[in-house]
Amino acid sequence: MERIVLPEIQSLDQIEVYLANGGFDAAKKAFAQTPDSLIDQVKKSGLRGRGGAAFSAGLKWSFMPKTTDLPKYLCINGDESEPGSFKDRQIFEYNPFQLIEGAIITCYAIGAKTAYLYIRGEYHMWIKLMQKAVDTAYEKGFLGGKMKEVFGTEFFCNLYIHKGAGAYICGEESSLMNSIEGYRGYPRIKPPFPAQKGLWGCPTTINNVETITNIPPIISKGWEWFSKIGAPKHPGTILYGLSGHVNKPGVYELPTGILLTDLIYNVAGGVPGNKKIKCVIPGGSSMPPLRGDQLEGVRMDADSLKEVGSAIGTAGVMVMDEDTNLLDVLIRIAKFYHHESCGQCTPCREGTGWMEKTLKRIKNGLGTSKDLDLLCDVANHIEGNTICALGDAAAWPVKFMITRFRDEFEKYVNSDVVISVPNKVHAMRNTAVPLSDLKK
Amino acid sequence: MEFKFTEENLARINEVRKKYPTSLAAVMPVVYIAQDQNGFISSEVMTEIASVLGIDKVNVLSVVTFYTMYHTKQMGKYHVQVCTNVSCMLRGAYDIWDQVKNKLGIQNMEVSSDGTFSLEEVECMGACGYAPMIAVNEDYYENLTKEKVEEILDSLK
Repeated sequence: MERIVLPEIQSLDQIEVYLANGGFDAAKKAFAQTPDSLIDQVKKSGLRGRGGAAFSAGLKWSFMPKTTDLPKYLCINGDESEPGSFKDRQIFEYNPFQLIEGAIITCYAIGAKTAYLYIRGEYHMWIKLMQKAVDTAYEKGFLGGKMKEVFGTEFFCNLYIHKGAGAYICGEESSLMNSIEGYRGYPRIKPPFPAQKGLWGCPTTINNVETITNIPPIISKGWEWFSKIGAPKHPGTILYGLSGHVNKPGVYELPTGILLTDLIYNVAGGVPGNKKIKCVIPGGSSMPPLRGDQLEGVRMDADSLKEVGSAIGTAGVMVMDEDTNLLDVLIRIAKFYHHESCGQCTPCREGTGWMEKTLKRIKNGLGTSKDLDLLCDVANHIEGNTICALGDAAAWPVKFMITRFRDEFEKYVNSDVVISVPNKVHAMRNTAVPLSDLKK
Repeated sequence: MEFKFTEENLARINEVRKKYPTSLAAVMPVVYIAQDQNGFISSEVMTEIASVLGIDKVNVLSVVTFYTMYHTKQMGKYHVQVCTNVSCMLRGAYDIWDQVKNKLGIQNMEVSSDGTFSLEEVECMGACGYAPMIAVNEDYYENLTKEKVEEILDSLK
């Protein structure tokens, strides 16, 4: 199988090697065509965003207004803070020039003169590697004013790296733009969508690093070639990140639509100690988890995973073996979202905290099975009631973990726990009553 | 305590400033430069950033208090960050966390009395396939065992 995003070529991060392997040929080919034709090719290729929502990349580009006096911008999202996801750093490290080439083609197609590459702050080393590649590209005239001479076109663009500072929420597109503008990473209400009002109120397209890196091969080899790889409705390859209880964790580039069981048992070498799988989160911590006995026949593409009640997300597959304590896992996930909630919307700000506290109560042996219903109820009230998708991301793991593993969670709760109920005589007081008495 | 940017850093700020159409947008990189120079962001540092960029101090404050990688107090010479998120946790990150805590004798977000070490329990660092991991200042240490952690911490003096 041919790899598109991370080809098996030694030292591809050196410009000479990249050029010797057809580097920047796609850009040359692209500049000989009209922007509209490029957008059309990407649309036909069926490339879908790799950042989580799996939205058609070409369609997103076509939303950019054709006639406007405002400058247009491209944002490339390399925030990559989703637990379980660690794919973009491989691109920064092993194939930075393909990302840069993808960025200039995208800029040309949407008519942007400036691109911002947002990389999470913790990736100090990868920011340095990427900055080195960008500097080399400027030197050789693949970026900036010198592009006119190198490519013989009127078009030129700039690429700047913006370093994040440790906020998960900045992976959300509108808060990423607020972050670049120098504000707190607060998501914005949509509409207006970025294509109408993005960076500094100007039309902006925002794509994931992996999506952009897919562009040069699509242009050079043609959309027909790309659309035949992997699942028909979600073509191409994906960087699968396998972590947790597998023998060979890591990032693997494989076509979409491969069997999840193949991925775990053949690619990642199975579960240590040949243990059974209790739970798999197929797309990073915010996606609904699947039961170990649900995995047969599940394919890794957006539509197939949707059918079984999960989502592809960032394809960060977390595997948990039969000895995993799911309550601990869920507490950790809830803690994460509580920590990362930006605090704008009440349901998310308060709800994530309540879920963490309620789960900790269960952990301390004071939970009742009513608490499990309460958790689902809180999750339902967060979902869909917030500005951005972090609310949904916080609600789904809790809701689906508890409904799909109810048998497991019932073991952690105590049916005979003493809970406090309002005292009928003194309305302001609470009295501790055993639950069993209440049932009578 | 008075804070002024060095000439060299003022030149860096000028370079950064060119990347953005507004000076407010340069606030995040400039806070990083200030943190490089001063070690942490105090009120005086924020005043200086605001005056250099020509923006309101409250804009600096709002950014500094939102993002976790900006520190408003002096951290240790070695800032040890332990990831305990799910992928790391499944591979024993809490054992590593306890080990580091005991070895350094400090709790989350505390600084050792001699100022050498500080400790932070961090969220996912993007090293899930190489778990468990710790980061010391800017460097990642991955695929850890207890012995390796012992070795790394002993090498930091």
